[in-house]
Amino acid sequence: MKMALIVPGLPHPLLCPERNEGWQRIRDGFAAAREELFAAKPDVLIIYSTMWPSIVGHQIQAHPNPEWVHVDELFHDLGSIPYRFCVDQAFAHAWCGAATARGLSAREVAYDGFPVDTGSVVALKLLTPENEIPACIVSSNIYSDRAESVVLAKAALDALEKEGKTAAAVVVSTLSNRLFTDFIEPGEDRIHSLKDDEWNRKILEFLADGRLEDVSQLSREIHRQVRVRKVVNFKPMWWLSGVMGGHNRFSGKVHAYEALHGAGGAVVTLTPSDAGVGDKEYDEEDVEVFGGDRGVLIAQGTPAAMPLPGAGAPPSAPARASVPATAPVTASPGGIIRTKTAPDPVGAYPHARRAGNLLFLSGIGPRTPGTNEVPGGPVRDAGGHQEEYDVAAQTRQVIENMSAVLAASGATLADLIDITVFLIDMERDFADFNAVYREHFEGIQATRTTIEIDALPTPIAVEFKAIAHLEPA
Amino acid sequence: MRTGEIVAGALAPHPPHLVYADNPPQNEPTAECGWETLRWGYQRFRKDLADRDIDVIVVYTPHWQTYIGTHFLGVPHLQSVSVDPIFPNLFRFHYELDVDVRLAKDIHDRARDGGIVTKMMENPDFRVDYGTIVSCHLTRPEWDIPIVSISSNRSAAYYSIEVMQEQAAVIGRATRDAVLASGKKAVLLASNSLSHRHFTTEGELPEDMTREHIYHHGQYLWDMRLIELMREGRSRELIDIMPEFIEQAVSEADGGGLTWLISALDYPEYAAEIYAYGTVIGTGNVVAGWHPGRAAGVAQ
Ligand SMILES: [Fe+2]
Repeated sequence: MKMALIVPGLPHPLLCPERNEGWQRIRDGFAAAREELFAAKPDVLIIYSTMWPSIVGHQIQAHPNPEWVHVDELFHDLGSIPYRFCVDQAFAHAWCGAATARGLSAREVAYDGFPVDTGSVVALKLLTPENEIPACIVSSNIYSDRAESVVLAKAALDALEKEGKTAAAVVVSTLSNRLFTDFIEPGEDRIHSLKDDEWNRKILEFLADGRLEDVSQLSREIHRQVRVRKVVNFKPMWWLSGVMGGHNRFSGKVHAYEALHGAGGAVVTLTPSDAGVGDKEYDEEDVEVFGGDRGVLIAQGTPAAMPLPGAGAPPSAPARASVPATAPVTASPGGIIRTKTAPDPVGAYPHARRAGNLLFLSGIGPRTPGTNEVPGGPVRDAGGHQEEYDVAAQTRQVIENMSAVLAASGATLADLIDITVFLIDMERDFADFNAVYREHFEGIQATRTTIEIDALPTPIAVEFKAIAHLEPA
Repeated sequence: MRTGEIVAGALAPHPPHLVYADNPPQNEPTAECGWETLRWGYQRFRKDLADRDIDVIVVYTPHWQTYIGTHFLGVPHLQSVSVDPIFPNLFRFHYELDVDVRLAKDIHDRARDGGIVTKMMENPDFRVDYGTIVSCHLTRPEWDIPIVSISSNRSAAYYSIEVMQEQAAVIGRATRDAVLASGKKAVLLASNSLSHRHFTTEGELPEDMTREHIYHHGQYLWDMRLIELMREGRSRELIDIMPEFIEQAVSEADGGGLTWLISALDYPEYAAEIYAYGTVIGTGNVVAGWHPGRAAGVAQ
């Protein structure tokens, strides 16, 4: 990831900057951010727009050239915006696949006339006026919370790796989003309240210090303090920090901060740098796959119980009709777990089996679910001849497959307590395997044993066998 | 000049699934079947309107969401393709419609005089929201009557559900007065579902009816309670419990549509005709009609 950008999506800086000096300064901020963006030369511009809501999973724009004359449904009197954009279809496809592999519901949308949201239109018009960088746009699911947003970001990274591309990530969102509820003269624009303004400035102070993950971890508080509750939570910073690696080591620049009909709009750029403040101030779980239903039964800040109608029934009436907010574990009788999201077993055994609070995983290798392809190449061809292979890529896929089995069991990598690793060439492969292992397991601290063996049943170089500890069923 | 009349008012939900399953020539995707109970309900509603003169359809839509005031379509003729941003796989509908700008402006002016923030939408490039299109299409597939489309102001997001309901009632009163003053015969449509918790995944085949059922039993009970009040002509009670219903069933009525309708019908004490109840991706939907003329015993 080359850099991150945060920009507001309201149309005033694009359509009528001359009516208000602040709107013009936002537009100038876009221009400054654009210079940084062009200097960074990313292959693709990935946009997460809070102004494109979705309810059935995540939608990814995959039309090669979305084209329309756009009119905002609220600020229609400011004018029409003709556009024709260039979308990186291959990346969109890879992202959708990676999101699905990580347990999310995702789909590509490639329809003539699909309504691209105002925020994405404004961002693309002002950041890449001549479509200098192909784009990809993802919707913001109104129910998604932190886990989904972070996993969606990690799926974008998977796709970049698969495509061998670099990217810049753009969040289209205001900070405080309270608009004035009446029409105002352009000259009267100001941040809706002092409280909103103070929060916005605090957020910008963090971002100027490069503390992206810290802001991400403040999302719930930001939502409570300065966001009108249109969606379950304020999530763009979860996505942005996730896609940027989840840390604070950035050089941040606030190019502009102004009122847009009462909301707080800022143009911010963040470039990876060792000069940042480093350690996280908070430590929320780093989630790899999405394994649950969305908390659609949980209203803002209230428990999932749904009082039934009835004369004078108190709100605390027993919620006999409530359903659990998370999907049940797909275990059949006997604690046996099989899943389509991991490679098919090569014998008469399940992916995992639960006994009490322990979950035993069968040995699992790096075959890709569905296709059985081995990332980084197999160790021998169909004729049995030795081939060059990439053990790091294989190890990554093993861990991904293991995550899928754990997700199907209602667990995550963090629940692992003991791992046995089988390598077919300790001398050649240990260092590369070990480096990938560290990326995922440093914080988990499962016990581990690594053994060299002569062969594995498929043409692979590495296999894991593991035990997890689960919460009581 | 003759006196205007509200010929009928209906709760006319707008799931694009219903148009998709109907396979009209204007819609690009095609379906095998689906949501028949609701579609047959709309058919019966249309039949009840068939022998009535209608000059205008006024629709209040939750999918034109305006955070500053209530907006009204103010362009006489609009033509484009409406692609549902949520279900583009089901709904890509080529529409061409006329707007009764004069009536729209009169409702706008009366609502403004009643203290509501209002705006006329006069940009000819504007795309009509799919809520308006679905409700109007299912009520009048011929598209031969001009419409008035009223946006949903999202006051509930800023203040409270109660404030939203109060405002919708004022706009309802403005609509009633404007229709009566216009000399026109109008059908009013509140384009919203009832309970609105829903599934967040979609099957391979959207019209696979084995997947279709209410998302949650509690929301079914809520829907039945509201329908009961409609059937018994207890519309004031319905308005009274609306905030609690909206909160508990996450109802799309939070946009104010049903309250607007009840207010425009002047809080009817006669029974609504329940044409159908059915679920769409787990949400509860009722097609319900109020026929003031029938209630008053007017010869039709
Ligand atoms: Fe809807």
